[in-house]
Amino acid sequence: MNTKVSFEGNVMTVQLFGDIDHHNAKGIREQTDRLIQQKKPHELRLDFSSVSFMDSSGIGLIMGRYRLMGLYGGYLKVVNVPEALEKVMILSGLGALNIIIKERQETICDSCK
Amino acid sequence: MTVVNEMSMTFESRSSNESFARSAVSAFVAQLDPTIGELNDIKTAVSEAVTNCVVHAYKDSIGKISVNVRLTSDNCVIVRIHDSGCGIENIKQAMEPLYTTAPGDDRAGLGFALMQSFSDKLSVRSKPQKGTTVTLTKRLSRRLSNG
Repeated sequence: MNTKVSFEGNVMTVQLFGDIDHHNAKGIREQTDRLIQQKKPHELRLDFSSVSFMDSSGIGLIMGRYRLMGLYGGYLKVVNVPEALEKVMILSGLGALNIIIKERQETICDSCK
Repeated sequence: MTVVNEMSMTFESRSSNESFARSAVSAFVAQLDPTIGELNDIKTAVSEAVTNCVVHAYKDSIGKISVNVRLTSDNCVIVRIHDSGCGIENIKQAMEPLYTTAPGDDRAGLGFALMQSFSDKLSVRSKPQKGTTVTLTKRLSRRLSNG
């Protein structure tokens, strides 16, 4: 399993691990979407701090969740993006959506897992 | 420009081989002492090309993907990714950013655009029903220290 999901109030945080490519994006997408539909969080945070590699499948993953959260009247934040992933996110035009949060967020505490 | 080292591999178009392909190319290129950024660029471009073979060339079937990597005396990495799949009807359209034939599957339509951005030269040759060959050239900043 390459995700860890936590809830804090209306905020759902999905921490992603390892490589995000076409092969494993599907599992992440299915798990995340199921929880979004169940819990209808106001805010979804995708935490990239433990992601070592990402190609355009990761962009598709972000864009798809951006649209889904919009459908529910919520919004998406992309947090803790490692330097190595910035290039692919910026070249893909994600910067224009204003969803990438620059400052480092606190890591998920044990009590809210 | 002469080729100083070369490797080839062939594998099945299973999505689990996407990470194998980019890791193997990355491991081979490492001998040229690339920067982490350069290596990451090559991995991204290879991942996009191989994913295209898995998703589009051999849609609903399993075929063979060949990857050939050449390292040259002028510090270039030339990666050729070949499939014998369905081919591309309209290469120009396929290369347009955001164009995708599989939008429902969260495909961003950025594969070729990213291959272009992450390499110095990209060439695509394709014949419908015959297959596609993508050639990526990346020039590395550091010099080859020890042939």
